[in-house]
Amino acid sequence: MKKLTMTLACVLAFSSASLFAKDWEMVRIAVDVPYEPFEYKAPDGSLTGFEIDLGNAVCADIGVKCEWTIQAWDGIIPGLLARKYDAIMSSMSITEERAKKVLFSEGYYNTPSGWFGKKGAGIDVSDKASLKGKKVGVQRGTLQDNYVSDNLGDVVEIKRYTTADDQVLDLKGGRLDLVFVDFPVGEQTILKDENYEAVGDLVKLGDGVGVAFRKRDKDLAEKFNASLKKLKENGTYKKIMDKYFKYDIMI
Amino acid sequence: MLEAFLALFADNDIFNPPTLLHYWDGLVTTVQLVFLALLIGLIIALPLGIMRASDNPWISRPIWLYTYAFRGTPLLVQLYLIYYGTAQISGIQESFLWEILADAFYPCLIAFVLNTAAYTTEIIRGAIKATPRGEIEAAKAYGMSWFLRLRRIVLPSAMRRGLPAYSNEVIFMLHASSIASVVTIVDLTGAARDIYARYYAPFDAFIFVACIYLCLTFVLIFTFRKLENKLMAHLRPLS
Repeated sequence: MKKLTMTLACVLAFSSASLFAKDWEMVRIAVDVPYEPFEYKAPDGSLTGFEIDLGNAVCADIGVKCEWTIQAWDGIIPGLLARKYDAIMSSMSITEERAKKVLFSEGYYNTPSGWFGKKGAGIDVSDKASLKGKKVGVQRGTLQDNYVSDNLGDVVEIKRYTTADDQVLDLKGGRLDLVFVDFPVGEQTILKDENYEAVGDLVKLGDGVGVAFRKRDKDLAEKFNASLKKLKENGTYKKIMDKYFKYDIMI
Repeated sequence: MLEAFLALFADNDIFNPPTLLHYWDGLVTTVQLVFLALLIGLIIALPLGIMRASDNPWISRPIWLYTYAFRGTPLLVQLYLIYYGTAQISGIQESFLWEILADAFYPCLIAFVLNTAAYTTEIIRGAIKATPRGEIEAAKAYGMSWFLRLRRIVLPSAMRRGLPAYSNEVIFMLHASSIASVVTIVDLTGAARDIYARYYAPFDAFIFVACIYLCLTFVLIFTFRKLENKLMAHLRPLS
């Protein structure tokens, strides 16, 4: 008899949970601020940024209420699993390791990587032969490192750095001809010095950034995917993107 | 045993020909760097050690200042100062010096040479100071000049006395060379860091490189043991 009640209780608990899950009225989304221009606080204290605007647009589209929760990066996945919020939209790159713990939506943005060098050096990054012997700086183990190693490893001399700061220092110190980094990082650090410029076309690497959900909330992830696709097609996405970026980050 | 080892070798993702080649390049760089640093360091340290052992404070004090500065600061800091510091000096990038300093290898070699020379100077100075007074007095009684005394009496016995301490310095230099990887040199440690970052396998990448360092250390210990047995034979008890 005891066993039967236990089983019944379990069945009831599970069915009520799944019933509850079907019916999203409010989605709580976690962000780690500040990470300009993706999420930061406006002077009046309100949350703003590319991901906030995009998240609100998605919520409006699927007809739920969005509530934003501020959460430090270290605990952002544990907090999701502990049901403190239902989704993470905080520039989280899709990686294999994270995908073991959380369910990712399709990528919703990918910042391009860019080449940076001294102004007027006249280096053509699309011409592989002309890059022979050039010293290229990358951050060790990043997507950019893999890209340069695989595509240009046989012609250029690759210098690997632990931090982006060290490689910028060596570019300005004249030890590197080119640096290949995440474009926003280069824009913030290298382009502040007017003697340096972005060289050649931007390159998109990896799967980009996705919304993270709990593994069981497949229905919510599907709603987000469908809505993101729709926003990309009807131009809402582009409108939000143009508000914050001068270059294309859509994938 | 060998088959088990080969089987282990066959079904892993990390130790394939390109990564082994990367490790090999790292080994060559480490050996070059350490060998050159020790050789040049020893050549510099010999006259400095003799000057440091001098009784004239105008000669020994400046050398003391040098050894104090380089033994009193971490090698990593010295490397940063020489590698990043020199690049900041205005006008250096147009001068002939930049030919040498632009590459990471030479700033690193300079840092290692200055560091090991400071330690070796003190080892030589200690060994010279420990020369028994009687030997020097006897040499003086024979009418030997300062230089002849140094060449025939003081240095040969000081070299023997300094050898065990110097073998430690050689091994420390090999281990210290691993910090070359922070200024983009791909030495053994640099190779391990590259491979770790690429395959997310810290244990495999570093345990392999640790074994190579152990082998190198073993070769050094063995060589110095032989050398000590040969040069210090007169100090061994008869058995």
